[in-house]
Amino acid sequence: MNGQIVAGVLAPHPPHLVYAENPPQNEPRSEGGWEGLRWGYERLRKKLAETDYEVLVVHSPHWKTRTGTHVLAVPELSGLSVDPIFPNLFRYKFDLKVDVELARAIVAEGRASGLEMVPMENPAFRVDYGTIISCHLANPAWDKPIVAISSSSAHFDYSNEVGEEEMAKLGAATAKAIAKSGKKAVLLASNSLSHRHFTTEPELPEDMSKEHIYHHGQYLWDMKVIQLMKEGRTRELADLMPDFIDQALSECRDGCLSWMLAALGYPTFPAEVYAYGTVIGTGNAVVGWHPEDAMV
Amino acid sequence: MILNGYLVPGKPLPLLAPEKNPAWAELRRGFETAREEIAASGADLLLLYSTQWLNVIGHQIQADPKPEWVHVDQDFHAFGTMPYAFRMDPGFAKVYEATARERGLHARTVSYRGFPLDSGVIQALQLLNPDNAIPACVVGCNMYADRAETIVLGKAAAAAIEQAGRKAVVVAVSALSNRVFPRQIDPKEDRIYSAKDDEWNRKILEMLGEGRLEDVSQVARDFAAQASGEQRGKAFWWLASAMGQTNGYDGKVHAYGPLWGSGGTVVSLTPNSAKDRCREFDEGEVQTFTGDRGVLSAAEAARATEPPSPQPPASSPIRTDAAPKPVGAYPHARREGDLLFLSGIGPRQAGTDAIPGGPVRDAEGRPLPYDAAAQTKAVIENIKIILEASGSSLDKVVDCQCFLIDMARDFKAFNAVYASYFTTIQATRTTVEVRALPTPIAVEIKVIAKVG
Ligand SMILES: [Fe+2]
Repeated sequence: MNGQIVAGVLAPHPPHLVYAENPPQNEPRSEGGWEGLRWGYERLRKKLAETDYEVLVVHSPHWKTRTGTHVLAVPELSGLSVDPIFPNLFRYKFDLKVDVELARAIVAEGRASGLEMVPMENPAFRVDYGTIISCHLANPAWDKPIVAISSSSAHFDYSNEVGEEEMAKLGAATAKAIAKSGKKAVLLASNSLSHRHFTTEPELPEDMSKEHIYHHGQYLWDMKVIQLMKEGRTRELADLMPDFIDQALSECRDGCLSWMLAALGYPTFPAEVYAYGTVIGTGNAVVGWHPEDAMV
Repeated sequence: MILNGYLVPGKPLPLLAPEKNPAWAELRRGFETAREEIAASGADLLLLYSTQWLNVIGHQIQADPKPEWVHVDQDFHAFGTMPYAFRMDPGFAKVYEATARERGLHARTVSYRGFPLDSGVIQALQLLNPDNAIPACVVGCNMYADRAETIVLGKAAAAAIEQAGRKAVVVAVSALSNRVFPRQIDPKEDRIYSAKDDEWNRKILEMLGEGRLEDVSQVARDFAAQASGEQRGKAFWWLASAMGQTNGYDGKVHAYGPLWGSGGTVVSLTPNSAKDRCREFDEGEVQTFTGDRGVLSAAEAARATEPPSPQPPASSPIRTDAAPKPVGAYPHARREGDLLFLSGIGPRQAGTDAIPGGPVRDAEGRPLPYDAAAQTKAVIENIKIILEASGSSLDKVVDCQCFLIDMARDFKAFNAVYASYFTTIQATRTTVEVRALPTPIAVEIKVIAKVG
């Protein structure tokens, strides 16, 4: 026992943010762009550098599974991650370690609460770009192991409400497994907020004169959701989630944010908003919940 | 030309584990039969549309000449890895990109080492073309695209095949019903998830077995809603559109069975010239794509994709295949606010370019007898077609400028035909004689009309 979640972060994964940063792992080169969001991630990284933790647990929409919730369960994975949607921006050499023990514990706790949990044991597996991008932006040194959880979309195919129920269970199971492990974990929910993209791209992808929210309605939803986070009203946010998903076409349909709020026990303390910005029309916020700060 | 069309499933179980369930083995045999047909067809291109390769930025077309990787499926990783090395046709990919752009689509070719081909494409190419005898091309499925955009993408495929002079086999990679078991199952116990899905699948297969591909395209939206069709039925829209929007095929259902609850099938469709190959009437018919529509919700997007009558945006060029092709870099019409400006329209017939009433001169420039009345009638009928394709109509015309090459000879006949259409409309009119028109015609009319 005594393990704990020391931080939960809404950590969206537009490949544009890694592209704009020109890290050595990524092949394409850029002139920059999306600084508002990237500076937010910088502040998050400073905060995480002061946070004592041993493992990143990430839930990503781009490991989409329909046959259960899958969890990476091989100790080491490496390869080249190429984004099938933005291959021009993201071709990233990854080499990561998995905390298989914690992964298996999450699988076991999930099963105990009635979820279909599947350990992923194929060593040739290519880790999805959502996981890689969120982990890179939170911890570019890659000096901590990760646990990566798939987004099980089958239940959202029935209805948002059924999907939300599953995510609440998965979050609780994750929290239980972490508590039992004795480890200090940071959670990453790899979700954008509003998620309507432009379907064309400017000649130069980082041309910031072309970047704005897709539609004002999306922006209003994003601001409403962020306000609830700032005020610690996460239960209300969870209740609104099905409507938010439908009306803002939110990527939260993949369950990452709901999973994390459940794992954090629906925090009532204010979240720290590190940044908000749009990427190819979608709304993205970097938001942290830091329970220790709330206790002071 | 397109020699054959196929529908194949994307879940890679027939490739990875045919021995684990008799239905998976039957689907594998279905692929095998299709492979034999394709090998015997003399095709020099395999063109695939994949519902598993989701795109956001328009449509991407694979142009890596030799994609090579070891793939592991996101769901079915326990069934093994899928190493692949394929031979692609980047030249064709470029042509397809161009024909898609010509029709208003955003399209781009991609060629990157390590690009993640999807399980469906890998299975199809491994099983249909195992020794890479035929070069391939793959186009992705835009997640926001609805029927109009997908039909235009199919038309662009047909145009590209024609332009590139390929003998193509086209393959749509998609499930029928796509509801899956949201859990691990014993493969032996796989079955179509619900009886309702199975019934819908069988109805679609009955139509495909009769070669009625366009009928399937037209009911695909309803099928997908009722039976959780993969990507809302886009595969049918693309396939039917690429193959010419008819029901004139010989259809063969080589296999049908469950793939983790979803409906998998291997169907072949061969054009049959003995069957009625007239195009089916389709109220959702589109030629060019004019941009995305839905903004706030997926439901709204779906509704807005097929407006009751074509309403182009407030400022946009308009072209229609129902009117003769322009002879220069201009559209048939252009909308500005509530007004529609048509280019000068002549009497040529769409498709054939024949001139009713005959041309005014032969190829060497020698004058020919011609019928000015017949030409005038054809001009006004063409104008009607363009107006209606643009959300307007002849009775909304406010101004006409008429050009005759021989006022003395033709005015009387012209004026009589004009009167038969325009007496009640009372548009303003200017008629002038010009020395010549760009094609061998005697009459051209340019109109301005109200729209909306
Ligand atoms: Fe995403």
